Amino acid sequence: MNIVAGVRSYSEVNEEIKTEFLSKNKVTVTDVNGQRYLGCALDVGKTLEIHGTAGNDLAFCLNGGKIMLHGHGQDAVGNTMGGGEIIIHGHTGDALGYGMRDGQIYVRDNVCCRGGIHMKEFRSMKPVLVIGSNAGSFLGEYMAGGTIILLGLGLKRGEKIFGTHCASGMHGGKIFVRGSFPRENLSPNIKAVSITAEDEKELKEYVGKYCHCFEVDFESVMNKSFVKLIPVTSRPYADLYTAN
Amino acid sequence: MSVNYIPRRFTVVRDKELCINCGCCVRQCSNECHCFADDRKTVISHSADCVACHRCVDLCPTGALRIEKYVCDYRENANWTPQYQQEICRQAQTGGVLLSGMGTPKDYPVYWDKILLNASQVTNPSIDPLREPMEIRTILGRKPEKLTVEKKGKSTVEMPPQVILETPIMFSAMSFGSISLNAQKSLAMAAKELGTLFNIGEGGLHPDLQPFTDRSIVQVASGRFGVHSDYLNNSKIVEIKIGQGAKPGIGGHLPGEKVSVEVSNARMIPEGSDAISPAPHHDIYSIEDLRQLIWAIKQATNNKKPVCVKIAAVHNVAAIVSGCARAGADIVAIDGFRGGTGAAPTRIRDNVGIPIELALASADQRLRDEGTRSQISLVAAGSFRCSADIVKAIALGADACYCASAPLIAMGCHMCATCNTGKCNWGIATQRPELTKRLNPDIMYKRVVNLITAWNHEIKEIMGGMGINSVDSLRGNRLMLRGIGLSEKELEILGIKHAGE
Ligand code: SF4
Ligand code: SF4
Ligand code: SF4
Repeated sequence: MNIVAGVRSYSEVNEEIKTEFLSKNKVTVTDVNGQRYLGCALDVGKTLEIHGTAGNDLAFCLNGGKIMLHGHGQDAVGNTMGGGEIIIHGHTGDALGYGMRDGQIYVRDNVCCRGGIHMKEFRSMKPVLVIGSNAGSFLGEYMAGGTIILLGLGLKRGEKIFGTHCASGMHGGKIFVRGSFPRENLSPNIKAVSITAEDEKELKEYVGKYCHCFEVDFESVMNKSFVKLIPVTSRPYADLYTAN
Repeated sequence: MSVNYIPRRFTVVRDKELCINCGCCVRQCSNECHCFADDRKTVISHSADCVACHRCVDLCPTGALRIEKYVCDYRENANWTPQYQQEICRQAQTGGVLLSGMGTPKDYPVYWDKILLNASQVTNPSIDPLREPMEIRTILGRKPEKLTVEKKGKSTVEMPPQVILETPIMFSAMSFGSISLNAQKSLAMAAKELGTLFNIGEGGLHPDLQPFTDRSIVQVASGRFGVHSDYLNNSKIVEIKIGQGAKPGIGGHLPGEKVSVEVSNARMIPEGSDAISPAPHHDIYSIEDLRQLIWAIKQATNNKKPVCVKIAAVHNVAAIVSGCARAGADIVAIDGFRGGTGAAPTRIRDNVGIPIELALASADQRLRDEGTRSQISLVAAGSFRCSADIVKAIALGADACYCASAPLIAMGCHMCATCNTGKCNWGIATQRPELTKRLNPDIMYKRVVNLITAWNHEIKEIMGGMGINSVDSLRGNRLMLRGIGLSEKELEILGIKHAGE
């Protein structure tokens, strides 16, 4: 049985989804029209399939569950996500993966401002964000760990792969960019370096998964070269203060 | 040697008659003010780095030590005070932003000291709390707009989650990182025994505190450190930290040196990495966005946890509190500008924000005017030094008060205001194992319990004197307050009359 969201309030729809999950591991909700907080804190082993446009804070505090969105996401998808997987057959809004600590997000198309902001890693937890097309300003702001992969697929003439202030305040993690990128949009604390064999292995794994999810030809994606953006120092503000 | 443009602050005075050269002070001072002379027998002192924390003074077995203010006059100048000159020299030396610990030491008005309490005489006789029931139990959480009951008198309204406290005093947010785990543990144990709550701050939950989660308030701050679904679901209250009284409008920055293995475990970030809390939450740019995060947390916790929004007391505080309430906050905590901190830029700490007394009074009034005061809980923070301050805050409209500095003083803090250096000799604001082990939670929690138990007694005594036997009757009861030496405007904002009126 599918849950039909229609124009009902998010609390009603979420309530129904939660009740369904008590006895099932997979729930499908259709005709979603911006309902918020779908799949929040979804646990390991549960899969939520969504058809339509998911509202803000999709998969907030995701707890290991899997979200498949057939449609677009809005703001703060994967907010403070602690693990799991989000696959978006479309594009998403601002602050994608804010404070994300573990798990993977695959976005077929583009993302708006502040994608991957303050992503961080911890021990075996390592967040990964793969974006098919391009990203808005402040991509990877304050980034403290994890991996962002930006593929730049289907960019039109004049479109840039990322917006201004890319990786501002970044002090950990890495951003892989495929093809050419607007160097002038990089924040001063960031350097672009060539990828290592280990990076390539990592790239292949996640790009492979992206291509599999969205039925894209893997070889043609990997044919173009990647660069890696990393912070010059992991302590950008080390000398900012003086004890008084 | 380069010239030091700044004279020292204190002089360590050792009474040679009394000193037995036991070396205790040498071991105690993390600022290395004491050492053995070349003979390896005689203890001598260097005063340059003394911060007047009194650790050596209090532990010297013969009482041989004394700390004196180092007096070195500058030419008198009411404008260019020594402090400003010294701060300029510090910045000229390093090019850094001045960083300080604890609340502002500046001489701003403390309105608690300009408010007097009432007592009953003849009519409405006073109550003796030692022999008559006296209620200070406090319940936080959103209350329904109105109650409906069925025939037999049972309520038909679904009650939002409520939290019962046995005292109106809670321990305010102090993260593991800014204070030691032993200090946090002491507060947790005290909260449990007192039937109140402690706030773990924005640094995540250390596994050792797991047994105390049912007495915890957990924070969701802009850095989202250690925030995950269990963290939210095991707490008593979830607090969204928007601002802090000591540093309104700016984020936090725990330097990598303080991110030890243990701190890294709680924050869930790699050891030694900087823990940066951005100034804003990047999912909150408006009251509507705040509403979104509040409801995201409620959805993630199945509506079982009250959500508190903590803001710093700033100029438009009443409107902001009203917005938070309408956004769905069950509790709003207002933190006044005298509130403490582990580290804040000096200029922000000493210049930004407003006193809690004025903020609380105007926020309470605003909610009353809008008819929503009874539906939400207000928590006041930002320096309560004694039980009378708490009573005055409740009479100004607070449901409960957050205290942090007072319990720290109970644990040994001497307000040396150098928490930012991470060398706290009392084992509180430090992560150095040799210092943190000085603070024994089994002993210190008892001192905190003693303090709050004493304050509870005093609150009951003051209430009894007013002829009030329940804290609910004190709340917002501004008739119990009178101003002394305050202007018309101040009285108007506080909503109280002048003494004698
Ligand atoms: S602790 Fe007191 S007695 Fe011992 S060396 Fe220091 S000053 Fe002397
Ligand atoms: S810093 Fe503290 S322990 Fe050290 S000399 Fe001064 S008062 Fe004593
Ligand atoms: S906590 Fe420690 S460093 Fe901070 S003021 Fe108190 S004694 Fe000083």
